[in-house]
Amino acid sequence: MNLTAFLIQIFTLLLAVLLAPALTGWVNQCRAWMQNRSAPSLIQPYYTLHKLFHKEVLLAHNASSLFRAAPYIVFSCTALAAAIVPTLSTDLAFSPAADAIALVGLFSLARVFMALAGMDVGTAFGSLGARREMLIGFLAEPALLMVFFTASLISQSTSLSTIVETLAQREFTIYPSLVFSSIAFAMVALAETARIPVDNPTTHLELTMIHEAMILEYSGRHLALIEWASSLKLFTYFCLGIALFFPLGISEADAPLQMIARAGVAMAVKLAVGGFVLALIETLSAKMRIFRAPEFLGTAFLLAVLAMLVRLLLETGP
Amino acid sequence: MIDFLARVLPEAGQIINLCAALMLLLGFSMLAQRRILTLINLFLLQGIALFVSILVVAVSTKQSHLLWSAMITLALKVVALPWVLHRLIRRLSVKWDVETLLNIPTTMLVGIGLVIVAFNVATPISELSGTVLRSTIGIALACVLLSFLMMITRSKAVPQVIAFLAMENGLFFAATSATYGMPMVVELGIALDVMVGMVIFGVFFFQIRQQFDSLDIRQMEKAREE
Repeated sequence: MNLTAFLIQIFTLLLAVLLAPALTGWVNQCRAWMQNRSAPSLIQPYYTLHKLFHKEVLLAHNASSLFRAAPYIVFSCTALAAAIVPTLSTDLAFSPAADAIALVGLFSLARVFMALAGMDVGTAFGSLGARREMLIGFLAEPALLMVFFTASLISQSTSLSTIVETLAQREFTIYPSLVFSSIAFAMVALAETARIPVDNPTTHLELTMIHEAMILEYSGRHLALIEWASSLKLFTYFCLGIALFFPLGISEADAPLQMIARAGVAMAVKLAVGGFVLALIETLSAKMRIFRAPEFLGTAFLLAVLAMLVRLLLETGP
Repeated sequence: MIDFLARVLPEAGQIINLCAALMLLLGFSMLAQRRILTLINLFLLQGIALFVSILVVAVSTKQSHLLWSAMITLALKVVALPWVLHRLIRRLSVKWDVETLLNIPTTMLVGIGLVIVAFNVATPISELSGTVLRSTIGIALACVLLSFLMMITRSKAVPQVIAFLAMENGLFFAATSATYGMPMVVELGIALDVMVGMVIFGVFFFQIRQQFDSLDIRQMEKAREE
C-alpha cells in the first residue's frame, strides 16, 4: 500500500473527527448572531463533550447489550464514512474499498442501529423517534443515491475519488444536471442531519422530536459519542457537498505537501461559508409538520431524477 | 454592439442549457406550489429565464429579430403580466388559497412521466433541427406538457390562467429552440393575444366570482340555463 496515501488517510480522518464539533459550534454561533442572541463560544461543543465523557452512565433496567453497543457502532460507521469522503486529497487509502453506494450503506447502517437502540428500552418516545427516523431515512436514501448516480454518469465511476477527480480537473463548464442535483443534495442533507425544516436539533418538546427522541435515554459517554457522531455526520455531509459540487482546490494524487495545505485552507473557507448558509436556512425557515416531510423529500427525489434525465438529454458529451 | 456581446459570451450553449434546465425546474415548482402569490413570482422567474436564453441565442447567432422578441418577453412576461396578476389577486383577495385536485406528490410523479415522454418524443425532432439549442426542444416540450398538467390539476381560475401563460412560455421557447423563432409579425401578434387574453381573463374572474361567490371552476359545471 502506498505510504503517503495511508498517511493522508489517517490525517484526514483525524482532522474530520477533531474538527467536526467546531463546525457544529460555528453553525450554532452563526445562528445565534442571526437571531440576535448572544452567541456561545466556538468550542462550546468540546466543553459539552468533555462534560458528558466525565459523567456517569445511567442505564435503564431493561436495556440490552445492543443499547450499550449502539453508540460505538454509530460513531465508527460515521467516522468510516467521513474517512472515505475526499476532503483534502483524492489520494485516499480507503477509496478503492468503498464507493458512493457503500457510503450510503454506512449511513443507513448507523441509522438502523440508532433506531434499534431507540426502540430497545421500550419507552414511547424512543420508538416514536425511531419510526420517524426510518420514515425520513427511507425517503432520503433513494434521493441521495440518485444524486450519486448523476455524478457517476458524468465521471463513469461510482468511486468518490474518481468522481471528485473528474469534476475537479475538468475545464470550467456548467452542468445543469449538477445544479439540479446540488439542490436535491442540499434538501437530503438537511433531512439527514436533522436540521430545521425537517427536524429541530435544539428542541425540548418531545412530541416534535425525531432524532432527539431516540437518544432521550442515553447519558454520559454514550450520549457524548452520539452527539459527536451527529456533528461528524454534519461535517461529512458538508464535505460531500463540497467534494461533489464545489471541488475546486481539492488536490489530486501525488500532489506536493503545500498543495495539500492549500486544499486545507480552501476547505476551511468553504466549510465556514457552508456553515453560515446552513444557519441562514435554519433561521429563515420554520420546522415543517412531520407529514410534510415526505413531500419535501419527494421533491428532492424528483430533482435528482430530473438531474439524471437532463444529464441524458442535454449533456451527451463527457 | 451584438458583435461585442458575442465575443463576451463564449459559453453560449452552456448558458442556454442552464436556462432551459431552470425553466424545467420552475415548471415543476409551479406544479408543486400551493400559494398563488408564490406562483406568480415563479412565473416571473420563468419569464426571466426565457428572456435570458432568448437574449443569449440572439447574441450568439447574431439574429437581431430575436433581440426584439427578447425585449417583448422582458416587457410582457417579466414586467407587465406579473404586475397585472398581482393587482388582480389583490383586488380579488385570493392571495393564499390554492386547491389541487390531485395531491402534490402524485402530480409530481405524473410530471416526471411527462418529462420522460417529452424527451423521447423530442429526440427525433431535435435531430432534424440545425440550431445551436436543438437539444433543448425536449425541455421546451416538457414545459408545455407540465403547464397542461397544471391546468388540469388546479380547480381555481387564477392558477389555471397562470398555467396557460406558462404554457405560452414553453411554446415560445420551443419555437426559439427549433427554428430561431417565428417571423416578427407572428410574434407581435402572439404577444398582443396574450395581453388581450389577460385583460379578458381579468374581467372573467370578477364575473365568475360575482356569479358563484368563489373562483372555483367546478362551480361552473353546475350552472344551467334557467
